[in-house]
Amino acid sequence: MTNKIAPSRRKFLTTALAGAGAAATVPLAAKADEYITPSMTVPGKAFTPYGMPSGHEDVKRLLRPPGISPGTGGSLSPIESLEGMITPSGLHFERHHNGVPDIDIKAHKFLIHGLVDKPLEFTIASLDRYPRISRMHFVECGGNSGANAGAPEPPQLTAGGIHGLISCSEWTGVKLGMLLDEAGVKPEGKWILAESADSAGMSRSIPLKEAHEQGILVLFQNGERIRPEQGYPLRLLMPGWEGNLNVKWLHRIKVTAGPTMTKDETSKYTQSLKNGKANQFNFIQPPKSIITKPSGMMTMNGPGYYEISGITWSGHGKIAKVEISFDGGSTWTDAEMPGPVFPQCVTRFRLPWEWDGKPLLLQSRATDEKGNVQPTRAVWKDRVSPVQFYQYNAIQTWQIGADNTVKNYYV
Amino acid sequence: MFKTLAFLLAATTPHFGAPADPNLVKAWDRSIPPDGTGLPPGKGSVSEGLAIYTEKCVMCHGVNGVGKPADQLTGGVGSLATANPVKTVSSFWPYATTLFDYIRRAMPVTSPHSLSDHEAYALTAYILSIDGIVKKDAVLDAKSLPKVKMPNRDGFIDAYGATKR
Repeated sequence: MTNKIAPSRRKFLTTALAGAGAAATVPLAAKADEYITPSMTVPGKAFTPYGMPSGHEDVKRLLRPPGISPGTGGSLSPIESLEGMITPSGLHFERHHNGVPDIDIKAHKFLIHGLVDKPLEFTIASLDRYPRISRMHFVECGGNSGANAGAPEPPQLTAGGIHGLISCSEWTGVKLGMLLDEAGVKPEGKWILAESADSAGMSRSIPLKEAHEQGILVLFQNGERIRPEQGYPLRLLMPGWEGNLNVKWLHRIKVTAGPTMTKDETSKYTQSLKNGKANQFNFIQPPKSIITKPSGMMTMNGPGYYEISGITWSGHGKIAKVEISFDGGSTWTDAEMPGPVFPQCVTRFRLPWEWDGKPLLLQSRATDEKGNVQPTRAVWKDRVSPVQFYQYNAIQTWQIGADNTVKNYYV
Repeated sequence: MFKTLAFLLAATTPHFGAPADPNLVKAWDRSIPPDGTGLPPGKGSVSEGLAIYTEKCVMCHGVNGVGKPADQLTGGVGSLATANPVKTVSSFWPYATTLFDYIRRAMPVTSPHSLSDHEAYALTAYILSIDGIVKKDAVLDAKSLPKVKMPNRDGFIDAYGATKR
């Protein structure tokens, strides 16, 4: 508050002094004083135990209307307002199935049981004594970008409003494989069930091999204890895999012979095809890229220089290439990826651009190191059921108008 | 000496896990796979399920499970390959065990874990009876529930291939 009051008070004082005659006798000094900003003349604020964004900033998650309970549904990361590759922890998207549980880190227990020689239980204090690894990885909800999959007309929303169920963090934790080895997986153990301590009992089945090789039991996010919305005090991370599999508030892993066929791996998070069948276990998030600058609902500044910028990622590995089209996908130009480029991680791309002020259709297309390429919307829609929206990764088109508008558009 | 120590450090992991408390395992291990392993004792009938549904579920899932505001539970059988697919428990869910598991762990949304096993069996029976997946006089228990064949039982493709390992 002091911060906001100070400028006007200072201005008032300056004006009062000038009125007293100082300005009349020394006009040059008075004029110079106008350029001395309040921040230069008033001692700044004191130290704070936990820093917050400037009071002049208003970047927030976009809250969707809640579902059947106040914490059912999601909030979207405002990707159009963010830069670089890391999502601030407080702006990481949320997807909960019955709210954010309040878990006491001292009381939390984590169980490994099922087809193991020695069923084990851990406290967070005991997990904290294990060797840790840190990795930068995205988490993307399987339902991200679904607005463009379903709506017959392109919804006029911000980039975050359409595609904001993507975020990227540095995650630190313990390799799941180490703990599975300590429990001793029996030969017939081929899958795990990972279960949350939330009131939805969120649970997913994952093949043992991949869980053992890739799974991380996350304790820290961007250097501090993982946030409650992201699974405090313990989350399973399967780098590059569908968000829903990265079970938050993790309290149990059961080694099983086959998949448990939970609600969220049968009725949800499967991909319905046109012939009525559904693809199940679509674990890995396909490549995607979104131009965030310029993007939906923004206003252009007329013809002239712009930096096109956006984010790209793939669950299959590193991003190999991002191309930009200014003509709705007829011709393509490589964007720059100044780096760093990590596997299963958000990568920033950029391209300097001189806009002549004419209307155009702006697109980006990602290719990952395994050769997977983002499809067009028509190609994506062609293979799936009309109600299918999971793992929508089609090329996003922004329609830039001569009137400086930027709109969501289907080619 | 150093060599031996380095070898030990590399080969050993911490082993800070305690033997799991069997009571904790029993209390938390409520997940039910398609073969019904772990289904609890008890049973429930369609008529008992209707009474519980009317008291605890209808306000969210509607009369006869037609949905709104919560998910539609019934109808849509045979619609999946049409231009207007309707995905419900009846039309889409491949296993009846999943319905029991989900009701018991997550429903009702305001008070999960408040239903008895008996009530979870009864609700499962009632919901499955609406579209005739089980008969109106059905009683479900640990033996009969895994035998229920859902209409879309064979409607899923393992896109990753891990079930064949």
